[in-house]
Amino acid sequence: MLEIKNLAVSYGAITALHGISLSVPAGGIVTLIGSNGAGKTTTLKTISGLLKPKSGEIFYDGKNIAGLPPHQIVKLGLSHVPEGRMIFANLTVMENLQMGAYLQTDRSAVRHALDHVFAAFPRLQERGKQIAGTLSGGEQQMLAIGRALMSKPKLLMLDEPSLGLAPLLVKTIFEKIVEINRQQGITILLVEQNANLALEVSDFGYVLETGKVALQGDSATLRQNPQVKSAYLGGV
Amino acid sequence: MFNFEQVDVWQRVIEFLQQLINGLALGSILALIALGYTMVYGILRFINFAHGDIFMLGAFAGFYLAPKIAAVLPTPSIWAGLAVMGISMMICAAIGVVIERFAYRPLRRSPKLAVLITAIGVSLFLEYTGQLVFGAAPKKFPDLIPVYPLTQFGGLSINSNQVLVLGVTLLLLLALKFITLKTKIGTAMRALSFNPEAAALMGINTDFVISFTFALGSALAAAAGILYAISYPAIDPLMGILPGLKAFVAAVLGGIGNLPGAALGGLIIGVTETLVSGYISSTYRDAIAFGVLILILLIKPSGLLGKKEVEKV
Ligand SMILES: Nc1ncnc2c1ncn2[C@@H]1O[C@H](COP(=O)(O)OP(=O)(O)OP(=O)(O)O)[C@@H](O)[C@H]1O
Ligand SMILES: [Mg+2]
Repeated sequence: MLEIKNLAVSYGAITALHGISLSVPAGGIVTLIGSNGAGKTTTLKTISGLLKPKSGEIFYDGKNIAGLPPHQIVKLGLSHVPEGRMIFANLTVMENLQMGAYLQTDRSAVRHALDHVFAAFPRLQERGKQIAGTLSGGEQQMLAIGRALMSKPKLLMLDEPSLGLAPLLVKTIFEKIVEINRQQGITILLVEQNANLALEVSDFGYVLETGKVALQGDSATLRQNPQVKSAYLGGV
Repeated sequence: MFNFEQVDVWQRVIEFLQQLINGLALGSILALIALGYTMVYGILRFINFAHGDIFMLGAFAGFYLAPKIAAVLPTPSIWAGLAVMGISMMICAAIGVVIERFAYRPLRRSPKLAVLITAIGVSLFLEYTGQLVFGAAPKKFPDLIPVYPLTQFGGLSINSNQVLVLGVTLLLLLALKFITLKTKIGTAMRALSFNPEAAALMGINTDFVISFTFALGSALAAAAGILYAISYPAIDPLMGILPGLKAFVAAVLGGIGNLPGAALGGLIIGVTETLVSGYISSTYRDAIAFGVLILILLIKPSGLLGKKEVEKV
């Protein structure tokens, strides 16, 4: 579904990605792990069009989308839940969700997407009129995911959904992610620092180190890999 | 003696009311201009110093449109006035969009100072081109709208123009409120002003929303230009400078980026200015706004209705 080839991205003189290649098959959950500054966020931002690649290709359903503006990429069915959630704190929960469905012109489709989101996160329905900035951290993460689902994506990219959440909440959020994948058939590309959990829920994983793919493999295999164990799983 | 004093007090009340009404009419016009400053700031975080000149262009658009409209509609009449205002608003909306597209958009990723200096350049360009095209000498704005005295009660004189200015301003404010709070594009404007990156990830075409914001702000400035010209019918290419600066102060006073704040700031500046020139000295009239600016920067830099902006990391 998503095929990245030799993607290089730089911020001015700083090169953040030195030609990475990865692939996300339809229907699966692929994870991208790596330590701080490895280039995970940069990868997602480039896929969703927030950053322009220096070189390389991003094929989505066979079409090279590298360099397209974000709103055209969303239209193709890619949705990106950014790092730090980035909900619109000045808007209500409902308005945030409406913005998620910005490109949907069909009212019944919006209604339908909303039903799905509320089914997954009933809390959001209760909080519809609340100003999003006053939600708790966990609720904000639910809103960020719910908002991204409003565009009815085929591929959902999540950047560190566990960031700053209590362990119990992290578990809930990850269960939801798996549920979204299984029940709605949405392909997922998951960026995480919590490698343990990420490798647990995913089918395939990539380990990113200073802008390069250092390792890749089935998630189950990666979890057994001594290098991954010592560097990312906190194992001995 | 007692009786005499009562009359005196009555006179003073009337005089005060008169000043207040004059001030509100002037304040409405400043409020309409201030909204454009604050909307653009809310979205792009920069002060569009050419905005006052859009107000001037609005008045001149009206000046050249008036004879054309007079050929099809009875003039002076309220309909002729509204038609001229509507078309002038559309023309200025288009001018605002073009300015953003060609002067500001190429600098979207440049330092704010570069954009600010460009805005001053655009302002000078519009003023001098105005002098070249329209001529530097003041022109008499045509009688578009009939003016009736509404009351002469006890010396209080209110005419239909003042009511018109207040009424049209109120309608425009309500329309703007509706657009920003109830429509999809308005919600997108608020989303974009909070976080442009996240807005882009929603599928919002941020360039389009920015163009729309400039169109809206410029249309309001054009309406202000027409309202100003029917109240003070001598127009010239530099007429936008002072009202523009005062409206900028109004936007800062209300809390830059805050729409109700800009409207409130405009009214406060208009009323204060009128009261000061009526009671103290008209010499200081134009200095009032800047006094207010200094005060607000000292006392509450975030403005009356503004929230303290937390610097985003
Ligand atoms: N706006 C920027 N300007 C300059 N350099 C940047 C910018 N954003 C990121 N970088 C650099 O690019 C590299 C990759 O950053 P990126 O945010 O993609 O890392 P990450 O893997 O997401 O890290 P984290 O786990 O901390 O979120 C880092 O060295 C970072 O310092
Ligand atoms: Mg990151």
